[in-house]
Amino acid sequence: MRRLSRWRSAASLPPGLDLCGESGLLDVTSGEASAEAAKPLPEPAVSDMPLLRIEGVAKSFGNFRAVDKLSLDIRAGEFFALLGPSGCGKTTLLRMLAGFETPDEGRILLGGNDIAQVLPHERPVNMMFQNYALFPHLSVRDNIAFGLRRAGMARKDIATRVAEMVALVKLEGLEKRKPDQLSGGQRQRVALARSLARRPQVLLLDEPLAALDKKLRESTQGELMELQRRLGTTFIIVTHDQEEAMTMAGRIGVMDAGRLVQVATPRNLYEAPASRWIAEFVGDINLFNGQVAARENGRLTVSTAEAGTLSVSELWPPVTKEVVSVAIRPEKVKLSRRAPASDEGGSHAINRLEGVVSDVNYLGGVTSYRVKLETGAVVRASMANTARLDVDAYLAGQRVVAWFTADDCLVLEQ
Amino acid sequence: MAHTVTRLTRFNMTSLALGLAFLYLPIVILVIYSFNASRLVTVWGGWSLRWYREFFNDRAMLDAAWMSLSVGAVSATLATLLGTLAAVGLARGERFRGRALFSGMLYSPLVMPEVISGLSLLLLFVALNAERGFWTVTIAHTTLTMCFVTVVVQSRLTVLDRSLEEAAMDLGCDPVRAFLLVTLPLIVPAIVAGWMLAFTLSLDDVVIASFTTGPGSATLPIRIYSEVRLGVKPEINAICTLVIALIAVIIVVASFASKLSSARGESAAPL
Repeated sequence: MRRLSRWRSAASLPPGLDLCGESGLLDVTSGEASAEAAKPLPEPAVSDMPLLRIEGVAKSFGNFRAVDKLSLDIRAGEFFALLGPSGCGKTTLLRMLAGFETPDEGRILLGGNDIAQVLPHERPVNMMFQNYALFPHLSVRDNIAFGLRRAGMARKDIATRVAEMVALVKLEGLEKRKPDQLSGGQRQRVALARSLARRPQVLLLDEPLAALDKKLRESTQGELMELQRRLGTTFIIVTHDQEEAMTMAGRIGVMDAGRLVQVATPRNLYEAPASRWIAEFVGDINLFNGQVAARENGRLTVSTAEAGTLSVSELWPPVTKEVVSVAIRPEKVKLSRRAPASDEGGSHAINRLEGVVSDVNYLGGVTSYRVKLETGAVVRASMANTARLDVDAYLAGQRVVAWFTADDCLVLEQ
Repeated sequence: MAHTVTRLTRFNMTSLALGLAFLYLPIVILVIYSFNASRLVTVWGGWSLRWYREFFNDRAMLDAAWMSLSVGAVSATLATLLGTLAAVGLARGERFRGRALFSGMLYSPLVMPEVISGLSLLLLFVALNAERGFWTVTIAHTTLTMCFVTVVVQSRLTVLDRSLEEAAMDLGCDPVRAFLLVTLPLIVPAIVAGWMLAFTLSLDDVVIASFTTGPGSATLPIRIYSEVRLGVKPEINAICTLVIALIAVIIVVASFASKLSSARGESAAPL
């Protein structure tokens, strides 16, 4: 096993002004401590080289393939979310980054060094556990200082760093408490401070907010983002909560059955999902199966059994198959009493579907409607309640036209 | 009505008194009679410390008591050491071939009749031509009590969150240090309980000790047993009272120690 001895020197730097900014993150590979290493290290990372590179990593448990030849690049200072249903392999991938699992195949390069076989305690990576895993026999202060003591930091520096961390997560006055004397939110902060105390290059967060109630979760999301911006540390978060991933992460990697099915910004993930599965997994969507009837000028005409003929703007890359699904997000479906004026040739080709409102759900900020078409298919539409006294609200049983533009539709291969 | 449940009614009082009497009356009688001045066990002759003096002058009985205490302490310590290691191996180690067989074999002394254990150990010692005495009894008691320690410690380990050890490793501990700094402090109460269980079992045992001991190195229970066969002397009551007092003290001290260790946060930190 190769030692990452540079980590120790990074951890024992005097606590300075910058919390792991430029020097903490990038200098690590140009290493002042490379003299300690037996062999000269590979070329230092250049700016366009990602901080973390996962190359063809695979891991099986018995016959179950948890992670299947997965590759991913993560840049320094990124807030990256791994999103997926339970059992998709996201936690296994995170545990391989932390060192608790060893990949069967592939490489994990951190700043150019393969750490796939490096033991957890020798990696410049820290993890915040889902259940926080605070040491119940140690006080808040000793929990935070635990990793610093192991790094052989001087007593005085440990005290300074702990005070810094306590202030960072706003736990002043609770240093002497034991974990069982803290609330859930306070425990979460201790866990965060403990995992950040060693100034890791990468912080791994395993469902960090799952144990908090909704209100606390939302405020903590904001605090995590603020903290990440201030520290500049690379955060990799694992979550099954898409709203959480969308709120916090700069990029999201969606996983399914051990594979990474799409890596995109939250907006692209939602508006341009790479597959039908992702479109259904992220957010709500109406789907109509059909066949491509005509293609011209970047416009597809799809004939569907459920919603008649639909006009759809073609996406890039264009679909190659004839059997497709037309997808439209509920908030992009508008309702009106009369059919809107048509504009067939222009960019705003409109699809009109006549039906009867079958269900109205008032949710406060939005109202979601279900419109039953004559074919029996149901279209979901959601409309923002922009006025307190909404005269435009529709009632169940009312005849309406549900309409949406060709540009708002997605065409996905089945 | 709800409040009647918590109130001490006449019926509750009576059943409580009967229950406690059933459990403790024989012991109380024994303790009282240990202060009896009379030579006859069943006749009350006034208060006296005579039989305690007698015991402290009884060389053979003192030797037996010392033998029992030292066998108990040594075998309990060995059993705790081995039992804890076995528990850690079973609860935390990699799954190895024959793991189920190993754990089954480990637990067999729990259900094995003592006569069989004692006899088989005797045959072993005879075959090895080992001189029977302190060490043979100690080894026999270690094999008897180790499984109890394993059961106690393993049950604590299985409820202990594994991510605590992972967190320790994540924060820079190698697996050994993670065990010493995080796991061990958290299972100390179970280890102490295991030691006490092993000690009392050893102190209590007659059957295995009588198979494996040699001439001149009788444990206290064997000694008492052989004395009683010749007729109960009030001195026995005094000895038993002392044993009860010893065990009571151990329990009180141990519970204080575990309270103290959970109240002090720094205990494992200064390393």
